[in-house]
Amino acid sequence: MKIVILAKPVPDATGQERLGPDLRLDRVAIPPVINGNDEYVLEAALRLRDAGAEVSITLLAMAGAFGPDALRKGLAMGADNAYLVSDAALAGSDARATVRVLAAALAKLEFDLVLAGVDSSDGGGGVVAAALASMSGLPYLSYATSIAPDGGRIRIKRFSATGYDVLEAPMPALVTGMQALGEPRYPTLRGIMGARSKTITTWTLADLGIDPASVGADAAASRVSTFSIPDARSAARVVKDPAPEAAKQIVDFLIERRAI
Amino acid sequence: MPGTLWAIAEAGPDGHLTKLSAEVATLVRGLGAAAGRDVAGVVVGTPDAVAALAGELAAYLPRVVAVEAAAAATSPIAALAAQGALQAMGADPNASIFMGNFPDGRDTAGLLMAALGVGVISNAGGVTWNSGPVAEKGVFGGRLVTTSSFADGHGIVTVPLGSVPAEAAASAGVVETIVLVGAAPAVTVLERVSEAAGAVQIEEAKVIVSGGRGVGGPEGFAILDSLAEALGGAVGASRAAVDAGWIPYSRQVGQTGKIVKPEVYIALGISGAVQHKVGMQGAHTIVAVNTDPDAPIAEFADLFVIGNLFEVVPALVAELAARKA
Ligand SMILES: Cc1cc2nc3c(=O)[nH]c(=O)nc-3n(C[C@H](O)[C@H](O)[C@H](O)COP(=O)(O)OP(=O)(O)OC[C@H]3O[C@@H](n4cnc5c(N)ncnc54)[C@H](O)[C@@H]3O)c2cc1C
Ligand SMILES: Nc1ncnc2c1ncn2[C@@H]1O[C@H](COP(=O)(O)O)[C@@H](O)[C@H]1O
Repeated sequence: MKIVILAKPVPDATGQERLGPDLRLDRVAIPPVINGNDEYVLEAALRLRDAGAEVSITLLAMAGAFGPDALRKGLAMGADNAYLVSDAALAGSDARATVRVLAAALAKLEFDLVLAGVDSSDGGGGVVAAALASMSGLPYLSYATSIAPDGGRIRIKRFSATGYDVLEAPMPALVTGMQALGEPRYPTLRGIMGARSKTITTWTLADLGIDPASVGADAAASRVSTFSIPDARSAARVVKDPAPEAAKQIVDFLIERRAI
Repeated sequence: MPGTLWAIAEAGPDGHLTKLSAEVATLVRGLGAAAGRDVAGVVVGTPDAVAALAGELAAYLPRVVAVEAAAAATSPIAALAAQGALQAMGADPNASIFMGNFPDGRDTAGLLMAALGVGVISNAGGVTWNSGPVAEKGVFGGRLVTTSSFADGHGIVTVPLGSVPAEAAASAGVVETIVLVGAAPAVTVLERVSEAAGAVQIEEAKVIVSGGRGVGGPEGFAILDSLAEALGGAVGASRAAVDAGWIPYSRQVGQTGKIVKPEVYIALGISGAVQHKVGMQGAHTIVAVNTDPDAPIAEFADLFVIGNLFEVVPALVAELAARKA
């Protein structure tokens, strides 16, 4: 089975992200990692392989010059190869342009299953995968907490407000997943060494036949006009008393704040 | 032609309009008044259920389109909601479309983005009008706030819980009913499993009593249940507690869980990691109980109790009972 993982390089969430003078994320200042939710779906694909299925795993990303660093980590975890769409004209692209690019890239790849994260940690809205499925004519199954291919069909558990729904569709299909799929593995030393010889193929917009004027900052559907730092909450009132007295103070505080 | 402002609504697990949908509808009505635009709502559901839902939505909006979709019984709602919204809206090239920033709303937004070729502003906590929607949103876990707008004045906006209080209109709107047309959905729902039937959902709760690694195990959560009951609230959790298997994932608060905005959030044995903080920092009042005086949550709690939750929680339950008596 051929699986393509949409693996977005994002700034490391533990770093201090900041906006550049153009009010866009300064992606150069922070070391990139693969978006957390995308690592979970990669882990799910690797577990299918661990369970004995014959699985090839291809990473696909659209990113700038920092892309290969993040993709290497996914290759070290066990993905087989990677494709990176990178082009100066892509700078400042919004979700709409990202979908155009990823759809054109997917059209050049062979797959039974596309896996993506439910959303990206760098301000993504959780809309790219649904739009991409629609553009690429793929059944769309989202918010998976488990993923089970079975013959030509895919079955998932979808997280719901009270539990889960069991969904099924024919493959090829696009599935999004998240943390409940299970903790991603750390790359082993052997994995890290092996990743060095795996291929990352870079595609430009010309390779995908996309007009540069249809993507990038100038073609973005939305614009950021201002940014500010919100007011901090005022300092906490601290209680150190023994439990019975602390309990009284909590109730008094909640009444004072008209919270109960 | 100035476009209509549309609210796409959804039903909660109890079959009623969600609080979030009521808020989105209220927001859209207010924007319509500010912009001098028509406003309308869409709701898609099974022929049995959609009329009642549309009636609930019409409390907030002057016009509601109820879309009957028999397939809603056996397939995910987002694809049908997107298709139904397109059918209800007809040709309306300058329309702006609003929906909740929950899973089904986000899926619907993505599908509509592809169908209409417009942009999306996601998770817009504060929306105003200036020749189009202007959205203020927190980014990087709320460490920064940005203002965005659409280059051509219209698009799709997903709205988080608690951006405006839900408020019914002076008079109820009219409901039109249409029947969804289109190909059968590719995805089938085989089964719907409820793990927490009857339990108060955290998104809707006014009070959330949330436990972390400090709760120590599933037995610890039984103590939290008694506090939640005393306060009429719901039990939430940090990821550490969910990963440990002490409580279902549907209770997780945070970046990869649920974003909540209750009146009161009581964090018990939760350190306050940034991924947890982004899910609950919108709470009106935050109370934390932690044995560690240096826990990061001390920096954004309103009341910080240095103490052992296994002593403080029972004392709190007793105190609440004593005051009630
Ligand atoms: C990509 C990603 C996504 C994530 N998403 C989420 C998310 O959605 N939600 C989330 O919560 N986390 C999330 N995390 C995890 C997050 O970083 C923290 O690891 C997690 O929130 C810690 O949970 P905790 O506070 O319960 O545990 P800990 O950090 O271990 O804190 C336990 C606290 O309990 C206190 N304590 C211990 N015993 C007692 C006692 N008897 N009485 C009182 N206090 C006591 C301790 O002093 C400590 O402060 C995510 C992480 C990553 C990398
Ligand atoms: N530039 C990108 N490269 C690869 N995958 C992406 C990219 N942007 C979004 N995705 C995928 O789409 C998912 C949702 O992203 P978003 O809609 O931006 O929150 C992510 O978790 C990724 O799997």
